[in-house]
Amino acid sequence: MIELISVEKAFGDNHVLRGVNLSIPKGTSMVIIGGSGTGKSVLLKSVLGLVRPDAGVITLDGKDVTTGDRDAFLARFGMLFQGGALFDSLTVWQNVAFRLLRGSLKRPVAEAREIAIEKLRRVGLKPDVADRFPAELSGGMQKRVGLARAIAAEPEIIFFDEPTTGLDPIMAGVINELIREIVDEMGATAMTITHDMTSVRAIADHVAMLHDGVIQWTGPVRDLDQSGDPFVDQFISGRATGPIESVR
Amino acid sequence: MILLSPLGALGRATLQTLAAIGRVALFAFQAIGHMVRPPFYGREFALALLNIGWLSLPVVGLTAIFTGGALALQIYAGGARFNAEAVVPQIVAIGMVRELGPVLVGLMIAARVTSSIAAEIATMKVTEQIDALVTLSTNPMKYLVAPRVLAGLIVVPLLVAVGDVIGIFGGWVVATGSLGFNPATYLKNTVDFLELLDIVSSLTKGCIFGGIAALMGCYFGMNSGRGAQGVGKATKGSVEAAAVLILAANFLLTGAFFSL
Ligand SMILES: Nc1ncnc2c1ncn2[C@@H]1O[C@H](COP(=O)(O)OP(=O)(O)O)[C@@H](O)[C@H]1O
Ligand SMILES: [Mg+2]
Repeated sequence: MIELISVEKAFGDNHVLRGVNLSIPKGTSMVIIGGSGTGKSVLLKSVLGLVRPDAGVITLDGKDVTTGDRDAFLARFGMLFQGGALFDSLTVWQNVAFRLLRGSLKRPVAEAREIAIEKLRRVGLKPDVADRFPAELSGGMQKRVGLARAIAAEPEIIFFDEPTTGLDPIMAGVINELIREIVDEMGATAMTITHDMTSVRAIADHVAMLHDGVIQWTGPVRDLDQSGDPFVDQFISGRATGPIESVR
Repeated sequence: MILLSPLGALGRATLQTLAAIGRVALFAFQAIGHMVRPPFYGREFALALLNIGWLSLPVVGLTAIFTGGALALQIYAGGARFNAEAVVPQIVAIGMVRELGPVLVGLMIAARVTSSIAAEIATMKVTEQIDALVTLSTNPMKYLVAPRVLAGLIVVPLLVAVGDVIGIFGGWVVATGSLGFNPATYLKNTVDFLELLDIVSSLTKGCIFGGIAALMGCYFGMNSGRGAQGVGKATKGSVEAAAVLILAANFLLTGAFFSL
């Protein structure tokens, strides 16, 4: 169970989060929607401690995330970054197996490589990409390598920042299924950011919409179409006119 | 504003400078702390040794040989004014070993290594690779900073030693080739004249300059702003800071070693 209580974050006078309240029950899949630049990535990074909130509390299983053993805390997480964030000095398989090659989860190189290749297969990549460098791959392939890295150590909690952006519709479908599988089979807790409404419906148990620094609406995915919230309606139907200002 | 309250502006600038010094000092202490506590990242350290040390050899060698040669010509010309041409080997040796060797190597390392460390780490920061390291339970200070600074401390004194020798060799080539010095006597004069303190000071300077160069690259990289502009600023700032600090440290070290 992850809980955010009145979380606020500003960069200079850009008040990105203005009091976010949200809870994600264990073993469920939460999808965050919202316009570009509304602070969705900042929200995920706040939970991981990559961004330090100015106010508010974030708890994991009832314990404040800023206290306690940071290594043990991070060992429970996997994260796919919006831009992939692959290490360009390492080959693809060394990226995927990063956690398995060092630290507390360290194991023999051959075994780590085998696991990496298996995870690459799960995200639709062939073993021959394993020895290439990230810069030699297309954007969509890099994204999938990032996804393989996020799930390599089989974390309990996984954050996906725009997992299907830049993928073709078929590959997006494969990734949606994979995320759903990870939640259903491994019992993982997932938090996914996406703009893709097909993804939302495929992945989500619950949906939350971030707008103007607060959670504008949250509820089970089956209520999404009858939310009665004009912001949500505008977003999911993709209309240019409505309560959400679109500056042109 | 500055015209209206010059003291206020001065005070603010002083405070900002002091705060920056504090941040850099804290960063340096953290880096050293991570050097002595496990886990250690051997591969990163080996790569840093290769990059800072081995791959810098050509530029260090070329800089040193031309400088040694020019030094010999100038000392000969200057010495001729009061019939003291014979001091060329001694002054070349002292000039290279005490000052020019460490300073030139330090500045070349600032240009070559500080800039590349800063650009690399800043790019990692901008593309979220530093964040990714953290989420993969790897401390960036330990994984990126400690190996590079340690490599700088260890390998730059060796580069300085190489630079000293090649610089003296450059002087020897010019002196014996066109100034009519006897090759064997030149070498004997050089060796007899140099003292242990000269060599110790040279290597100490190398160690400290190497530490400064690597540390500034890491510091500016880790504190880079966003986007390509952030990387550019970090790179520029790191080289400026490293060069100025190396020259300032050189002045202080020369004072400490030789003005007793
Ligand atoms: N490290 C940072 N420094 C300054 N501003 C930031 C930083 N990270 C994010 N922002 C700003 O916060 C806002 C939200 O960013 P982000 O969370 O990336 O949006 P998105 O919802 O598209 O993921 C943007 O205006 C962005 O410019
Ligand atoms: Mg984002």
